[in-house]
Amino acid sequence: MKGKSSKRDILRVLGYVFRHYKAHVFVVLLGIIGSSLATLVMTLFMEVLIDDYIIPLTLSSVRDYSSLAFAIMRLSLVLFVGVLCSYVFNRVMVNVTQGSLNNLRKDLFSNMESLPIKYFDTHAHGDIMSVYTNDIDTLRQLVSQVFPQLVHSSITLISTFISMIVLDVPLTLLTLFMVSLMLFSTFKISGLSKKYFFSQQKEIGKVNGYIEEMMEGQKVVKVFCHEKKAIEDFKVLNEELRESSYKANMIASISMPLNANIGNLSYVLCAIFGGFLALSGHVGLTIGTLVAFLNLNKSFSQPVTQLSQQVNSVVMASAGASRLFALMDEEPEKDDGYVELVNVKTDEYGNLVECREKTNSWAWKHPHKADGSVTYIPLEGEITFNGVDFGYSGEKMVLHDIRMYAHPGQKIALVGSTGAGKTTITNLINRFYDIQDGKIRYDNININKIKKPDLRRSLGIVLQDTNLFTGTVMENIRYGRLDASDEECISAARLANADDFISRLPDGYDTMLTGGGASLSQGQRQMLSIARAAVQDPPVLILDEATSSIDTRTEALVQKGMDRLMKGRTSFVIAHRLSTIRNADCIMVMDHGRIIERGTHEELIEKKGRYYQLYTGKGAGNE
Amino acid sequence: MRKLARYFGKYKVNAILSPLFTFAEVLLEILIPFIIALIIDKGIEGRNMDALIRYGVLMVICALFSLISGVLAGKNAAKAATGFSANLREGMYGRIQEFSFSNIDKFSTPSLVTRLTTDVTNVQNAVQMILRILVRAPSMLIASWLMCFAINRELSLVFFFAMLVLGCVLFAIAKITMPIFQNVFKRYDELNGSVEENVGAIRTVKAYVREDYEKKKFDKASDNLYRMFVKAESLLAFNNPVMMFVIYSCIVMVSWFGAHYIANGVMSTGNLTSLLSYVISMMMSLMMLSMVFVMITMSSASVKRINEVLSESVEITNPEDPVMSVSGGSIDFENVTFSYKKGSGKNVLENIDLHIKSGETVGIIGATGSGKSSLVNLISRLYDVDSGCVKVGGIDVRKYDVETLRDSVAVVLQKNVLFSGTILENLRWGNEKASEEECKEALELASADEFVENFPDKYNTYIEQGGTNVSGGQRQRLCIARALMKKPKILILDDSTSAVDTATDAKIRKALSEKISETTKLIVSQRISSIESADRVIVLDSGHVDAFDTPENLLKTNAIYREVALAQSERGGDFDQE
Repeated sequence: MKGKSSKRDILRVLGYVFRHYKAHVFVVLLGIIGSSLATLVMTLFMEVLIDDYIIPLTLSSVRDYSSLAFAIMRLSLVLFVGVLCSYVFNRVMVNVTQGSLNNLRKDLFSNMESLPIKYFDTHAHGDIMSVYTNDIDTLRQLVSQVFPQLVHSSITLISTFISMIVLDVPLTLLTLFMVSLMLFSTFKISGLSKKYFFSQQKEIGKVNGYIEEMMEGQKVVKVFCHEKKAIEDFKVLNEELRESSYKANMIASISMPLNANIGNLSYVLCAIFGGFLALSGHVGLTIGTLVAFLNLNKSFSQPVTQLSQQVNSVVMASAGASRLFALMDEEPEKDDGYVELVNVKTDEYGNLVECREKTNSWAWKHPHKADGSVTYIPLEGEITFNGVDFGYSGEKMVLHDIRMYAHPGQKIALVGSTGAGKTTITNLINRFYDIQDGKIRYDNININKIKKPDLRRSLGIVLQDTNLFTGTVMENIRYGRLDASDEECISAARLANADDFISRLPDGYDTMLTGGGASLSQGQRQMLSIARAAVQDPPVLILDEATSSIDTRTEALVQKGMDRLMKGRTSFVIAHRLSTIRNADCIMVMDHGRIIERGTHEELIEKKGRYYQLYTGKGAGNE
Repeated sequence: MRKLARYFGKYKVNAILSPLFTFAEVLLEILIPFIIALIIDKGIEGRNMDALIRYGVLMVICALFSLISGVLAGKNAAKAATGFSANLREGMYGRIQEFSFSNIDKFSTPSLVTRLTTDVTNVQNAVQMILRILVRAPSMLIASWLMCFAINRELSLVFFFAMLVLGCVLFAIAKITMPIFQNVFKRYDELNGSVEENVGAIRTVKAYVREDYEKKKFDKASDNLYRMFVKAESLLAFNNPVMMFVIYSCIVMVSWFGAHYIANGVMSTGNLTSLLSYVISMMMSLMMLSMVFVMITMSSASVKRINEVLSESVEITNPEDPVMSVSGGSIDFENVTFSYKKGSGKNVLENIDLHIKSGETVGIIGATGSGKSSLVNLISRLYDVDSGCVKVGGIDVRKYDVETLRDSVAVVLQKNVLFSGTILENLRWGNEKASEEECKEALELASADEFVENFPDKYNTYIEQGGTNVSGGQRQRLCIARALMKKPKILILDDSTSAVDTATDAKIRKALSEKISETTKLIVSQRISSIESADRVIVLDSGHVDAFDTPENLLKTNAIYREVALAQSERGGDFDQE
């Protein structure tokens, strides 16, 4: 089962190479054939050299080298063509290998970008990354070396085999027997080394996991003086890894000397058997033929030895390919929406008309399948939740019967403990996840009908994790709307209160940010992400714990920026700081996936319920 | 690379044996074409069946020995290389355990992990290659040439010249391509870095519908990388043809001159065949050598990264004659100045002079970056001061045995982690021999007993790696309990209840002040409610002590404290929640 799928993956890599580089592969094949044939011509020449040229020379009294000279000239010409072929195939192969890897990489990335958020939730980022680094690297070896080697070796094998048959059948059979012995041993060894190789990979995984955990907690190790214990535990795992890695490598290293010497044995047997035949006057076997045959015998076992060396690369590549294709075959995010967001203007009759130019007024274009008519609904930013149930895994519900109405321009605050489902609600609005039951409507359109890109374009998001990208400050702000002018970006930065600190950076707006903006403070990063949302200028905003990791003094600055941004927009705010919450039009208190209280700050204080407890710090039963 | 040689350790024997066996293998392999010549000349052409069998048997024996030495060489090389890498890993790991906080800060966690895993594997492969091929190729080269020399001097000189030419060309190619490759690999790392960035920021990418934008960006970078790779590798594409050209030239020459020699009776036909095989093995060895050269240069980046870890000088070490017990819980800062990079002039703390009595509860407040964590980290000597000194129990912290000091000064770090294992196992980090009762007490103090009791497996609940199966607030409380296990003289809570709700936070503080009243407690917090019940509060402002007084006085006299207090009281409470 496993063997079959790994074969399929390897074939798929081959198909991948071939699909994009048909002409190249053809040229490479020609080149390999050309250079292999040159080698073959040379071997054949060596056979006749002694019988046809040298022995007559030793026999005749007149030393006439002209025929030999002519033959050697001819040979040189062929060999020269062979060298040219070899250059051509090596050079073209570079494009094929690197081009295929490039295509694989791009396809991989492109597919990864289209995967649903759920995929990233359930797969360790390190695992995804190792596909790009380790797994693609194993394929480099496969494409650039194993494939050409395979072609080359099979051509040598076939041509040598034919030559051998022509020279002598019994000796050929003997050689075949020995070669099958080599193949058998290679097969056995590779089976064994595969087993140890896999156990080595398992041990590596264990050691890596342990190292990762301990490095992550290194400071804690120091604080608890736990160094000795940490080393002891590591030693045990490390020794296990060494043992299995030793076995895997040892078994793999046996195959070369073993095959080479079976080759030698095959040579001796042929020499003795052939000698016996030749000396006993076996028909058609001259001394010259025997010598020629022995040469062929050598060139027949060499490619087998070489191929057996590639077995490990193939095992590794098949493992790499299977992980790579697993990521590539992952189901992309589905989008069945058909309602689009378009620019509109109002015609003389007061109707909305779709237009191509930028008008700064937007509408939902809603085609009706039944009668083929199209209606335009102005984009306003009304969001309603109606009896929404949701669970990440399908069985365990994390949200129950959520009902919520946000009118355009209203500010809705969500409060409650971690795991109460606040963030989950916002993830449903932009359809990072799809709900199990109920309906979410945007401007009275079921969001399932809206094309995802258009839906998300109409929602601005500021998260606690700022996620800045490598690039200039300006580029990071422009991420919100790619066609925004410099002026628009700068005025967005002003709105977010970020202009001040940006102009104090060494290169102002052209300052390069790396490592997610590591050179900036958390507050500064947050202001940039607010500016980014401001440039986008969406009617609906989601602010998820945007100020939670900022100290009180910086927070005031960020808060001002946020307040300006929220003005006139429907906003969903998740926060645990009251300054952010208290002026909300409606506060939803969440607990275990349900909305347990709702109302304005004053109403909720009046009520003396859960909100009041949180607000005053007087948790029931906690005193 | 040389510096690392000592990591062969007890596998040094294998590291020496492997080249020896390889050498034997090479000698036998060289002998074989010689015997082949004898088989052809004496046996076949001499029409002597006895000789044929005799030399045949000799060759079989040679092949057998060659097989044995080959296997032994491989086995020893594998043993030496894997043993080496295990020792190296252990050495690095041990080194990292000695690292002080400032050393850890310098290397990021993922970079340390890569160094311990990928880099070590790269070096292991290189070592195995070196042990096998670096011995095999040159000895093969020399021995083959010597055999040629024995057969025919003139031709062997021609070969020598050809080898020289080939060697020069191959090494020139390797030399030219190396810097290009290093550049390419740097770009490759950058590309992978941007993938990592994308994976981490996938929510932002999707929220802004920037999938296509990112794809285009990636495609451009990837295409660029492709072009650079092609540029570098198209030079390497000359390797094979050049080698073939030289081999063919040699063979043509052997055929031409060989024919003359044979015709003149100076050389046998058997010699001709062995000459041919020696030529081929010589050129093959050169090819392998150039390959190894490339391999070594490629792994040199890994060696460099490994050496960076190994040669990192550890800043905090035990003093001679260390003080082995901490007498009291008083803390004194005497004119302390501290920076993360010594001599950078960017002082995180400046002229700190503070005196905290044993058993006192002290709050620390200040904006992010004002130096709160830096201040408390000096107490358990997680960092060393630039100037001045920090005293615990009246003695300079640099005079204590580090373990003794840290057992008495328990820090609950801001960014804290639990390890995979049961809750009890995690708690016993604080005290290996602690009984279950003691663990329960600590949990009770940290208000963690209730939720632990509610877990199906209670105290034996398995904590996943990184503590992902408990909530943020629960994790923080478990971390506090773990620190309490030490029964410390000084307890430092560095923003360790930020995810715990206000009420539980108050409960923990109450329990701490009642049950372990004699312990000095330092509480760093953003939350005014966490420190307003402290005996005294330190207000930090960009590395300076702005004030150090009782909360009541501060409210009257200190502007910063008042501002924060007012802002937070105006907001009433705080919705920090577990």
